[in-house]
Amino acid sequence: MSITTYLRKRFMPHIWCAGCGNGIVLNSLLRAVEKLNLDRNNIVMVSGIGCSSRMQGYVDFHTLHTIHGRALAFATGVKLARPELDIIVPMGDGDALAIGGNHFIHAARRNINLTAIILNNRIYGMTGGQYSPMTGMDKFATTAPYGTIVPSFDTVELAKAAGASFVARSTVYHVLHLTNLLEKAIKHKGFTVVEVLTQCPTYYGRKNGMPEAPEMMQWFKDHTFQRGTEPKKIEGEMIEIGLFVEEQREEYCERYEKSLQKVGKV
Amino acid sequence: MNNSEVKLLQGNEVCAEAAIYAGLEFFAGYPITPSTEIAETLSYKLPKKGGRFIQMEDEIGSICAIIGASLTGKKVMTATSGPGFSLMQEAIGYAIMTEIPCVIVNVQRGGPSTGLPTRVSQGDVMQARWGTHGDHAIIALTASNHQDIFTTTVEAFNLAETYRTPVILLYDEVLAHMREQVVIPEPGEIPLVERLITSVPKGTDYHPYFPREDGRLPMSDFGGVHRYNVTGLYHDMWGFPSDNPEITNELIHHLVHKIENRTINITRMKEYYLEDAETILISYGASARSAIHIMEDRRAVGMSIGMIELQTLWPFPEAEIRKKCAKAKYIVVVEMNMGQIVHQVKACVDHPGWVYLVNRVDGNLITPVDIKRILRIIQGKGI
Repeated sequence: MSITTYLRKRFMPHIWCAGCGNGIVLNSLLRAVEKLNLDRNNIVMVSGIGCSSRMQGYVDFHTLHTIHGRALAFATGVKLARPELDIIVPMGDGDALAIGGNHFIHAARRNINLTAIILNNRIYGMTGGQYSPMTGMDKFATTAPYGTIVPSFDTVELAKAAGASFVARSTVYHVLHLTNLLEKAIKHKGFTVVEVLTQCPTYYGRKNGMPEAPEMMQWFKDHTFQRGTEPKKIEGEMIEIGLFVEEQREEYCERYEKSLQKVGKV
Repeated sequence: MNNSEVKLLQGNEVCAEAAIYAGLEFFAGYPITPSTEIAETLSYKLPKKGGRFIQMEDEIGSICAIIGASLTGKKVMTATSGPGFSLMQEAIGYAIMTEIPCVIVNVQRGGPSTGLPTRVSQGDVMQARWGTHGDHAIIALTASNHQDIFTTTVEAFNLAETYRTPVILLYDEVLAHMREQVVIPEPGEIPLVERLITSVPKGTDYHPYFPREDGRLPMSDFGGVHRYNVTGLYHDMWGFPSDNPEITNELIHHLVHKIENRTINITRMKEYYLEDAETILISYGASARSAIHIMEDRRAVGMSIGMIELQTLWPFPEAEIRKKCAKAKYIVVVEMNMGQIVHQVKACVDHPGWVYLVNRVDGNLITPVDIKRILRIIQGKGI
């Protein structure tokens, strides 16, 4: 079975710019779904607002395109109402960590079985290149003409601290690594966070001296190191990728079912 | 055999009991005065019925969670008060646009802002109508006593399912916290509307947004055999985003007309002594209790006074109000705000200049004496 059977070709061409990394993430995700041989009728994709949140329209699952920042809250409702469904929640960095930051930490705290994929392109692309909570210091954006003055979150540390039981990071350069992590993430029972560094040459790249997609992908190659290895000594930030947390902890809906048994249904 | 039960309950408890009677299966909420007892009651009772209760991180999360749960085929509700209702507005618009049934209770308190958390108000009538952005129609119901809270709450679920729309229940602090007798009807005594599920079989294209001849849109549960898209963007019959002018034009007309064109079927009101009434009081919610009291009191001394108690605030029953007020000389709207429904009444009656407002906005329940005082002034009888 080809992964293209998971696509709603009727709704293509897609809206993403040439050089956008979102398609690569979608490709890796569908390969992970294919490997797991999941029933499409059992998958719900819930997204918020932004470029990456348009992914849901192109996949032949049950798909819910919601409002900005609230995808995880909608997903929590779907999951608690029908715990047997597999729920995948792609979000942008602004969607998940700025406007949706509260839902993100509380979904993690509950350890509810949702697969959250944060497509981190370090910019608000849909609205034309404003700085996001992941842009970082001394970068440029259409709302930071003099440079940004606030550091970014470390998504992995944030997710860990909030209680996610599976936390990983990869990039669109490392597609096999990413597919592998997504497969594990979907299989994992509990709140799962996979941060994927992805390129937006149109806005982030152009504003920050990397206007071509290949050079941004090269940057992902040069500026990342696998967890447990020694980072290269080069100028600029080095980002650790890999699987950071994978713990078997009781999941929210399971705990709910148990508490139902305790009260005794009438 | 009569299995109905007589209970002495708070209005909030009645609302929770009625929601369970109506088939509530999923509730998400966030604590806020004066609505909290609804969440408290349901956190205790819903799990016993096999339902789901979740306390979310805020009111936005609460309404989003119930919309998600509704898509899996559940009857859903959230409850809040002014500040939380403000936070929910964006998602109310989402439920309107995506046509997902849900019930939102707003137990009104004094506003604006944090206002008067433990005091009564009817200040959210217009917010219920226009709080979310963009053109839309909405259904909002209210009640003035506990028996009516029960039937109105059940009615909210029925309307939400019939019209695939969010329905707002505008109660108020006085009703919510007051204890009053209520008869819990037997199961089946009040008819329930269940979700209309598509008859399109597996393997055949299902169009989630293609109305039947009667205008209703059969649904398919998430997790079922039909996989489709739901979006808050303008969308075609597949649920896929579209900005085609023909499609957008048709959709906004459908969303408004499915409710506005059925105003007569949706709206309910109570009428008292309208046949001979020279003065007609128009009121709703807790204010209506004082209005009924003073109406009876004045009739006893020979005044030709009648009353309309609104049970549906939106869509506003314009044609009915115009007809019923055609012979009145004084139309007196009694409400606890700076004037919200009064403008709606002025807009629909033959003589807007004959419409007066009697209000109270200090956090206390408007009293029969408050109304009597203004009636005397209006009728030129001095203070």
